[in-house]
Amino acid sequence: MTTDHYIVLSAVLFSLGAFGMLFRRNAIVVFMCVELMLNASNLAFVAFARMHGNLEGQVFAFFTMVVAAAEVVVGLAIIVAIFRTRRSASVDEPSLLRF
Amino acid sequence: MNGVVETFASPEIRYGLVAPLLIVLGGGVLGVLLEAFLPRGSRRTAQLVLVGVVLVAAFVAVVRLAGTNDLAAEGTIAVDGPALFMQGSILLVAMVSALLMAERQVDPAGDAFAPQASALPGSADEKAFTQRGWLQTEIWPLFLFSVGGMMMFTSANDLLTMFVALEVMSLPLYLMAGMARRRRLLSQEAAMKYFLLGAYSSGFFVFGAAMLYGFSGTITFPGIVESMAADPGNNGLLIAATGLLFVALLFKVGAVPFHQWTPDVYQGAPTPATAFMAAGVKIAAVGALLRLSYVALGGLRWDWRPLMWAVAIATMLVGAIVALTQTDIKRMLAYSAIANAGFMLIGVLATNQAGLSGTMFYLLAYGFSTLGAFAIVTLVRDPAGEATKLSQWAGLGKTSPLIAGAMAILLLAFAGIPLTSGFTSKFAVFQAGIAGGATPVVIVGVIASAIAAFFYVRVIVLMFFTERAEDAPAVVVPSSLTAVAIGVTVAVTVILGVLPQSVLDLADKASTFIR
Repeated sequence: MTTDHYIVLSAVLFSLGAFGMLFRRNAIVVFMCVELMLNASNLAFVAFARMHGNLEGQVFAFFTMVVAAAEVVVGLAIIVAIFRTRRSASVDEPSLLRF
Repeated sequence: MNGVVETFASPEIRYGLVAPLLIVLGGGVLGVLLEAFLPRGSRRTAQLVLVGVVLVAAFVAVVRLAGTNDLAAEGTIAVDGPALFMQGSILLVAMVSALLMAERQVDPAGDAFAPQASALPGSADEKAFTQRGWLQTEIWPLFLFSVGGMMMFTSANDLLTMFVALEVMSLPLYLMAGMARRRRLLSQEAAMKYFLLGAYSSGFFVFGAAMLYGFSGTITFPGIVESMAADPGNNGLLIAATGLLFVALLFKVGAVPFHQWTPDVYQGAPTPATAFMAAGVKIAAVGALLRLSYVALGGLRWDWRPLMWAVAIATMLVGAIVALTQTDIKRMLAYSAIANAGFMLIGVLATNQAGLSGTMFYLLAYGFSTLGAFAIVTLVRDPAGEATKLSQWAGLGKTSPLIAGAMAILLLAFAGIPLTSGFTSKFAVFQAGIAGGATPVVIVGVIASAIAAFFYVRVIVLMFFTERAEDAPAVVVPSSLTAVAIGVTVAVTVILGVLPQSVLDLADKASTFIR
């Protein structure tokens, strides 16, 4: 096992998240894709921290988790507010804002 | 070492240098406590006093620090000329936005925010809350946190601080975007779009930061610069990191092709929040972009400049051309914000001192003009709320020459007509762009300005030389809050156009990053 394996895995996870975000239609799933992107980054951070032998990457991973938690609070509040109004969490349906 | 730390050296925070940040963020915490412990009746007054005191105190702290060139909090916060100039600009636009957000005379039902964001739109609860005259005071702590995040964003000197600042700035804004009193579905939808795309872009930022950390083994900007100097070859990790970080920041700036959220969010969010967002986030995001591209990735500029050329050209052209087709004034202002972001990017890609000072001046001038334009949008109303359809603005100059005149001055500033701040700022960044060897981009910039000028003038013609529309809205007489805000923004727009030298000198003096 080298660092490369972890980085490739993390890049794969990140891409899954990034493309999932573009192709899924349920706001909750879209949001989970964003979380996947953040956690893929955490994996890369921790692997690099091990490789470089310092703690900065691990500390960054902790902060990312905290920020992800804060994002969940705000994001779910908004999604729940929309769901209660429209009975749907589809990102396509609310389309009052059009070019 | 045996895992035992023999001596503990406490970190050196240097509170004096981070005082502006601490005042604003501490004010936000205090605001949350006020929200929790004060009875509903006295909250608004308490919050307004708190916000006023905090913003003024933080501005004084910034002014007292003028001329500092130092690092605080163990090198994570840079307190240098650009940081202080942009922190000061953010505080000034925050003061004007606070005036707009506190306004409650233009809407007969109260201020611009929903009385309870949790009440369903159109429900009996919502009507009851409105009848009782409840006002949402929780926006004030959110507002202060966001201002604090913006200030931190411009002075972050490592990737972690920059990421945390990005989130502290954005999370409150997502909520504020969803709290409009009128057209709540539109507002909630804007909040969701802003949130999902914002979270997406912060995902790119974190992954970019991880790649940069993998390359250099450190997250501090000086450390990154050092490791770049040690390994000057093209490293895959470094290229990937640069691309990902620029995607995240260009998203916040609102540059093409990451601009799609801008018109939706600007249109859906409550107009005072839009004004704050348009001015504040632009300053903070371009500030962070400048620091990242000049300081951390400065050694790589020959690699990212072609990319930035393409983005700047696309941003200016798309912003100017799509604005032509808009029928809603808030969406039109959003596309104008996109076009202006493109002009600011000319200052960024110039990568010289003139580019830095020109961009800083541009940000300050543009911040005030855009605040003023959105402030005027809040005043033009029909029974359903703000009359944002452009067709409804026809003939406004005949019934309300003062408001239409103020709008005309601000639009001329966006177009970059001489004797307004827009001309000075465009001239400054174009000059820097040519000096920095980006003449083709500047030529496109001039063409884009000409296209943009066409639709700004079209609005002016619509207001002054067209018959009044059938469903013509009324212009509400605001309280002194909005009146002062409009007066100040128009005055700044004109003064920075006629006598810009002192501010240009200030920006010039402040335009050296600490390294």
